[in-house]
Amino acid sequence: MDALMTQLEALLADNSIFTLQTLSYYTEGLTVTVQLVFLSLLIGLVLAVPLAIGRSSKRGWIKWPIFAYTYVFRGTPLLIQLYLIYYGVVFVDGIQETWLWVILEDPFMPALIAFTLNTAAYTTEIFRGAIKSTPKGEIEAARAYGMSTNLMLRRVVLPSAFRRALPAYGNEVIFMLHASAIASVVTIMDLTGAARFVYARFYAPFEAFLFVAAIYLCLTFAILYFFRYLEKKLLAHLQPMS
Amino acid sequence: MIDLHGYGPRLLEGAGVTLSLALLSLLVAILLGLLTATAKMSRSWVAHRTATLYTTIIRGVPDLVLMMLLFFGGQIGVNIFTDWLYYQFDIDIFININEFVAGVVTIGLIFGAYMGETFRGAFMAVEHGQIEAGKAYGMSNALVFRRIRFPQMMRHALPGLSNNWMVLLKTTALVSVIGLSDMVRIAAEASKATREPFTFMITVALIYLLIASASEWFFARLQKRYDIGYGEAD
Amino acid sequence: MCTFKLEIDNEKILTTSLLGLAIAATSAQARDYDEIRIGVDVPYEPMEYRTPDGELTGFDIDLGNALCAEIGIDCEWVVQGWDGIIPGLLSRKYDAIMSSMTINEQRREQVLFSEPYFQPPSAWFAPEGSELTDTTEASLDGLTIGVQRGTLQDNYVTDMFGDVADVNRYSTADDMVLDMEAQRLDIVFLDYPVGQSTLLQSDNRAYKVVGEMVTEPKEYFGDGFGIAFRQRDEALAEQFNEALATLQEDGTYDEIYNRYFDAK
Repeated sequence: MDALMTQLEALLADNSIFTLQTLSYYTEGLTVTVQLVFLSLLIGLVLAVPLAIGRSSKRGWIKWPIFAYTYVFRGTPLLIQLYLIYYGVVFVDGIQETWLWVILEDPFMPALIAFTLNTAAYTTEIFRGAIKSTPKGEIEAARAYGMSTNLMLRRVVLPSAFRRALPAYGNEVIFMLHASAIASVVTIMDLTGAARFVYARFYAPFEAFLFVAAIYLCLTFAILYFFRYLEKKLLAHLQPMS
Repeated sequence: MIDLHGYGPRLLEGAGVTLSLALLSLLVAILLGLLTATAKMSRSWVAHRTATLYTTIIRGVPDLVLMMLLFFGGQIGVNIFTDWLYYQFDIDIFININEFVAGVVTIGLIFGAYMGETFRGAFMAVEHGQIEAGKAYGMSNALVFRRIRFPQMMRHALPGLSNNWMVLLKTTALVSVIGLSDMVRIAAEASKATREPFTFMITVALIYLLIASASEWFFARLQKRYDIGYGEAD
Repeated sequence: MCTFKLEIDNEKILTTSLLGLAIAATSAQARDYDEIRIGVDVPYEPMEYRTPDGELTGFDIDLGNALCAEIGIDCEWVVQGWDGIIPGLLSRKYDAIMSSMTINEQRREQVLFSEPYFQPPSAWFAPEGSELTDTTEASLDGLTIGVQRGTLQDNYVTDMFGDVADVNRYSTADDMVLDMEAQRLDIVFLDYPVGQSTLLQSDNRAYKVVGEMVTEPKEYFGDGFGIAFRQRDEALAEQFNEALATLQEDGTYDEIYNRYFDAK
C-alpha cells in the first residue's frame, strides 16, 4: 500500500490540481454518492412493493392517495423536493429540540429522504405496470390451484412482475445515480460536490468536471452490465431460442 | 390565496424563463435527435460510431455535471479562443455564453441523445413496403420522407417524445444551480428571504404540475391526430 | 495533462501578445469606454444585495456608482454567480468586477486589480450560547464549519481545519446564514461586515464573534477588496484609482461607508 502511495505521489508530482488531497476528496465523494444512491434505492424498493400492490387495488381509498403521491413526485423536479425537505423541516417549530433533529441536522438525511421518496414513486409505477401486465393465464392457473389472493401474489404475480420490471428498473437505478448529483447543492460532498470544490479552488473546469464525468460513466456502465447479467439469468425463458 | 410577499411578478417571470428554456431546448433536442437517428441508421461507419459515442457519453453522465462542464468550461474555452484572436489578429469580438444559452445548449444536447433513440426506433417501425411503394410512385427521397416516413414515424415516436419532454421539463430546474433566474431560483431566493420555503416551493411545484398536465392533454390530442387510419385497439 | 496544454498555450499567447502589442501599439490602444458593465454576485449583505422589488443596493453598488459618476461614464450592473464571476469578466460579459473580491496572488494571475477600496477582516461567528471561546484546531475538532465555496475563507478553513472538522460549502452567504439559523452549523467563517449585518443584527437568533478578527497570513487573506479588470484594461483601472482617491478625499467615501457600517 505504501509503495503504491509513493508511486502515486511521484505520478502526481508535476500536477497542481490532482494532488493527493484533491484525490481524497474525489474518493470520499465516491463513497458518499454510492451510499446515498444505494440506500435510497434500497429503501425506495422496499416501499414501492406494497405501494404498487395498493396502487393496483380496486378500492378507491387505497388507490387514489397512492396515485396522487406518485403523480406529484414524478411530475415535479427532484431539486424542488430536496429544497422542500432540506429547508422545509427547519421551519417546523421547535424541531431542533427533538430527537428528530439529530437525524435531520446532517444534510445527508434530508437528501436521503428526498431521494427515497422520489425513487419510490417511480418504482411504484414501474411495478404497477408490471403487475398489470401479468398474463391472465398465470392468474387463472393459480386460482385453479386454489391459492388464496395473498399466496397468489407472493408465489405468482410478484415474482413474474419483478422479472418484467427488471429492464425499466435498471434505467431507474441509472437515473438515480445521475440525479444524486444535485446533493452537492445542499453542501453534501458527493462526487459532484468534490468536482465543484476543485473547480472553485483552481478555476479548472475541464480537469474538475471531466474527471468526475469519467467516474460517473464507469459507474453507469457497471450498473448497466449488472442489469444485463441479471436479465440474462432471470429472463432466460423470454430470450429467443438460438 | 397564498401570500407571495410581493414575489409574485418575479416568480411569473421565472416561469416564463423556465417555459421558454424548455421549449427552445426541445427544439434543439428534436433537431439533434433526428440527426442522430439518421446517423445511427446510416451505412457510414464514422457517422454511426460518432452517434453511438455521443449517445453513450451523454446518457452516462449526470445532467448537472454536463451543464457545469459546458457552462464553466465552455466559457474558459471561448475565452482562450477570443483572447488568441485579439492578441494574434487584433480582432476584438464578444462571445458571451450566458446562462440561458448554456442552458438551452446543454439541455438540448442531453435530450438530443434520448430523442435520437426514440426516433431511431420509430423510423425502424415504419414498414419498409410503404417506402418502396412511395418510390414506385416516382416520389423523390425527400418526398418519401415528408409524406410517408415522417408522419408515420411520428405516430410511433410520440409516446417517447412526450416522455422525454416531461423529463426535460423537470431538468430545466437544474439551471438554477448555475445561476439562471428560472422559477426555481427565484423561489429559492424568496424562501430564504421570507423564511417560508413551503409557500414558494409548493407554488413552483404546482406550476410544474400544471405545465405537465397541459402537455399530457396536448400530446393525447396530437396522438389522436397521428393515429388517424389506425384501429382504436392499437 | 490538460493543465499543461493550457499553461503552454498561455505562455505562447503571452509572448506573441507582447510582440503583437509592440507592433500594433497604436491601433491596439485599450478601448475608451463611455459605458461599462460591472459584474456583481448578490446577495452579500451589506456589500451588495437586492431590495424585495429587485433593486440592487449595498456598499459596493453605491461606491461603484459614485466612482462612475466621478469618472463620467455610465455604469450598468450585471448579476453573476460567484462560481463564474472571473470567467465572466474574461469573456467580456462585463468589464469589471466589484463584488467584495479580495486581492490575492492567485487571482492576480487572471485579472488586474484596482487599489484596495476596502479592507475588511474575516471573523468567526457562532451562536450566542456556544461554548467556543477560541478557534484552535482542538476546539473546532469534530464541529461543522460553514464557508462560502471558493472564497479565501474556504481555502483557509480547508487547509487549516479540513482534517479535523466538517466543512460545509455554500454557493451564497445567504444559504450559509440560513443553515446557521437552522442550527446545522456550529460556526461560520466570513468577511466581518457581512457577518455583522447578516448574523449580529439578525432578528432570528443571537450570535457572537469568536476570537480575534483574522487578517493574517497574507497568502490567504490578501490585501483587501479590489475592483477587478481584464489585464489589458490598464487605462480603465487607472481611471478608477484616480476617482477612488478623489472620493476618499472629498468625503463621499466616508458618507457611503456610514450608510452601511457603524461609524468608527
